[in-house]
This record gives sequence, structure tokens and C-alpha cells, in this order.
Amino acid sequence: MSSFTPFQSIASTRRLLRSKEISPVELIEGLEQRIAAVDPSIGAYIERDLENAKKEALNADLSKPLGGIPIGIKDAITVKGQPCQSASRILDGFTAPYDSTAVARLRAAGGIPFGRMNMDEFAMGSSTENSAFHPTRNPWSLDRIPGGSSGGSAAAVAAGTALATLGSDTGGSIRQPAALCGCVGLKPTYGRVSRYGLIAFASSLDQIGPLTSNVEDSGILLNALAGKDPHDSTSLELPDEDFTAEIGRDLKGLRIGIPREYFVDGMEAGVRTSVDAAVKQLVSLGAEPVEISLPHTEYAVAVYYIIATAEASANLARFDGVRYGRRSAEAKDLLSLYEKTRAEGFGREVKRRIILGTYVLSSGYYDAYYLRAQKVRTLIRRDFDHAFTKVDAIVSPTSPETAFRLGEKTDDPLKMYLADIFTIATNLAGICGMSLPCGFSERDGVQLPVGLQLLGRPFGESRLLRIGHAYEQSTDWHKCRPAIV
Amino acid sequence: MPTNEQLKATQHVLDVPYLARLARLEITAEEIEIFGPQLGRILDHVEQINKLDISGIEPTAHAITVFDVIRGDEVTESLPKGIILANAPHNANGLFVVPKVLD
Repeated sequence: MSSFTPFQSIASTRRLLRSKEISPVELIEGLEQRIAAVDPSIGAYIERDLENAKKEALNADLSKPLGGIPIGIKDAITVKGQPCQSASRILDGFTAPYDSTAVARLRAAGGIPFGRMNMDEFAMGSSTENSAFHPTRNPWSLDRIPGGSSGGSAAAVAAGTALATLGSDTGGSIRQPAALCGCVGLKPTYGRVSRYGLIAFASSLDQIGPLTSNVEDSGILLNALAGKDPHDSTSLELPDEDFTAEIGRDLKGLRIGIPREYFVDGMEAGVRTSVDAAVKQLVSLGAEPVEISLPHTEYAVAVYYIIATAEASANLARFDGVRYGRRSAEAKDLLSLYEKTRAEGFGREVKRRIILGTYVLSSGYYDAYYLRAQKVRTLIRRDFDHAFTKVDAIVSPTSPETAFRLGEKTDDPLKMYLADIFTIATNLAGICGMSLPCGFSERDGVQLPVGLQLLGRPFGESRLLRIGHAYEQSTDWHKCRPAIV
Repeated sequence: MPTNEQLKATQHVLDVPYLARLARLEITAEEIEIFGPQLGRILDHVEQINKLDISGIEPTAHAITVFDVIRGDEVTESLPKGIILANAPHNANGLFVVPKVLD
């Protein structure tokens, strides 16, 4: 028997480690064998440092909540001593000088960071095709995208080549790939998890969170990740909380909101059917459905692509070829050093967004775009505030469609942006959200996973995990495996 | 979802070379040709926020209200200089090296 069993939960892996049926080193070695066998056809990993992980495994403290558990880390999150590039050529040669707080907290809980997970460059994308390294393939259909930007993190969990991973979510980058790959992804409330050591894309929207093969594991990881950090002034001081505490309780008395703006024409038929069935299932478990309205939903994509690109154009100014990463060999003076380094180092989508962000912040356009978008953001946030006075959680599809083919949307950025139509408002409002498997939809003759999105009020992760867990345990969707397994 | 018609037409003409210069980004003729219409179509989509009446609405910079956070005025350890410089594409004598800026 191999020492690594794909799709095993963190809780049961922990039991095997504690009862000494397997050792942490055997677990890592078994996982590495699994990755070596399966990942060449998926491409979820950019790189991994087995020797270092084995060294850490030797000293694993199994009494801790994540003792000896290997966790894949999105390439935007720093791990001390390891390369970290946000899947961009502009960070060629960069070695992280410190652990991100998220990784430091995983380590403090006994976890072992193992593997750099592929992603869209600087988390800009919904398909992982914008990686400067290689595309990642969807384990359910290898000619399809895994979603993005945390596509590597989702594909590895779905292919059973990682127990759990970290991703980051700026407009859906944890939830959308989780939906398209058929795993669980949790975007915590803004401020719940420190962003220190997360390579910034849009600082008012970015949040780190877990991708796992079941709901409880996401709660276990959030327990390790959450908390105030002096290195991130936007992380919040909140009472200690066990995010798994509500798991196992039933749904009686909970009200779930069904937003009419999220059930629209143009959605893939199989997505609609699966989500409708999931709502019925939640009701049969005791939840009370309430029809609600989030009237400014249609503006979310527009607002997002103003605010996110504006913030990105400022954040990415730091990549100038002086302090880290690559430098153009063609530079003659300081100006051409900046211009040529950035031209060589950034991919097309990143350039597009820098230009758009520069435009909406430029003199004469700032009020019409950026300021106006910030005001519409207020309206979007109020929609949710209002809804959460009536309901405990909001239920919707995570994505209007299942996984599309590689190359299908690469020529049309707007089409790609609209893939995030159901996830983007969450980040603008700062609330928490998760995606979990709720069935399959037939697309071009292939059965592809559908994700159910649950949205909760700020700092309502425990409630979301309870609802997600109750649903998950009453279905078999989370036990379905791709044929590649 | 926008129709193909809507995706084709664009009212916005962006001065891409000027914006690229502001962003310190060298750009090729091919990129100018591609980005112009693509960004124009994105701005057409973005235009819809002008339909809304936003008078009296305060802007949101951060969704969760953040208050000024001030840490104690204490000297804490910084990352070692050598480790920081090791990531620089060119360094010497404990400094980052750039092309000459003064004659």
C-alpha cells in the first residue's frame, strides 16, 4: 500500500500520522510519487522542493492541528528560501526572503509547504492560460482549462495530487477554479487572513484562502490561517474562533437567499439544473428559501475592472528591474531600463491591465472612472448588507458555465472577464464566499463539474462551512473522481 | 451577456502609446494594434456605470471599514541587507546598481 492515498481528508491523514501507520516523510514521498505519475498530464505544479519538504517532515510535530500535512502554495504567496514569481517572467530569479504570514501560520500549525502551484500571471485571468510557465489542464477533461487564477491549486486537489492548497481570490480566483475542477474553495472575509507576503494584485480585494477536497478541511485550514497580523494593517483583530465548530449542526431555521440576478438567461443549462437541485436539497435539509434581489449585480464586472486594474497599475509599478527579478540586457539608461524590463517581463494580459489601470487613474478620467466606480462599489456593498438582514447565506452558481476549452477565450479579454460575473461582487463587498461541488453538466458530450456558491456576511465563515458541510454530506458529488485517477 | 454586435463596435479610442509611456512600458506596434480595440470594448462595457445615479453616495475604498492602525514606535529587526541585495539583478558595495543618471 502506498503511503499517500489520494483524496484522503486532512482529518483522516492526521489520524494515520498520529497512529504511526505512516510517517510524515513517507507521506511526502508517497505524494511526490503520485505527483510524478499524474501531474505531467495536468501541469498543476510549477516546481517542488522534495528534499527540503522531507527535512521539514523529519521534524514534524504531530500533536499540532496540521502536523506533517503537506500543503501546496500558489506561486503568489512567499515561502522563505523558495522561488516565488506569481507565474511571471519579471520575477525570474527571485527567491523569497521571508515567509508570508499565511505560510508562517501553516508552519506554526505543523503544516509543510510543498510545491509552487501554477496560476495566471499576477493572478490576472480566469483560466491559468496566462501563466508564463505552462498552461494547467482540467483533470476532468484535459483539453479544458481548470479555471483561474488559482488553477494549479484547484487542479491538484481535484486530481488527487495535493491534500490541500492555498490560493488567492481577487474576483473569484479561488471559487471559480474550485467550481470548474470540482473541489472546495473558500474566500475568507477581507481582513480575515493577512496578505503579508502575498504578491499584490488589487490590495483592496485580494484575500488568501484554502482549496480542499471537502468542506471540513477548508475549516481546518482557515483555523490555521486566520488572525490579526502586525505586518498587514488591513488584517483584523477578531475573537478567536474554531471555524469547524458549527460543522455537523443541521440547517433548521437558517434562511438562504436566492438572488434573482444570479439566475439569468445565457447560463449553461446543466449549471442551472444542478444549482436548482442543490437549492431544493438545502431546503429539504431544513433551510428556508427566500427570494432576494441584489440589484447592482450587473455593474459588478465594470466596477471590478476599473478598481482592480487601477490598483494593479499602482502595485505593479514596483517591478522596475532595480531591486529584484529580471532586468533587460538592452537598457541604455534608467528610463529604458524600466520600459524594456517591463516589456520583456510582463505578459499580454498584465500589460493590458496596467494600461487600463493607468487610463482610469489618469488626469481627466479619474472622476469619471475610478471615483465613480468606488461609488458604485458602495451600492454593491449595500445590496449585500440589505440582503443579509433577511438571510443567513446567499446561494448561487459559482460560474455561469463549466470548464471551457484551452484557447477558447484567449483572444477576447472581455469574454474572459465575464466568466467571473457571479464571483466578482463578493470581493467588492468584502464578504466571504465558498464554492463546492453540486453536480455535473454535459458540455460538448463531456460531463464537467458544477460549483455551488455560498456567500456569507462579513466574518460569517463558520456559518458558511456549516451549510456547505450539511449539503456536501447529503450528496455524493464530493466523492466523484475524474477518470485520470 | 453582450451580443457579438456589441462586442465588435467600440466608441472608445485610447492613446495606447501615451498610456504605455506613463506606465513605463515599452510597447510594440503589434501590441498597440491589438490592445486599442480590446481596451475600447472593455471601456464600452464599463460605460454602463454612467447609467446610475450616484449623487450623495460615498465612495468605498475598502469594503470592511479600516481604522488607522498605529504600531508601537519600537525598533524591530529588518531583513539582512545581504539577503535583500541577493535578489537584485545588479548590486555592488552593498548598493543597487543602475545605469548612470548624471553625466
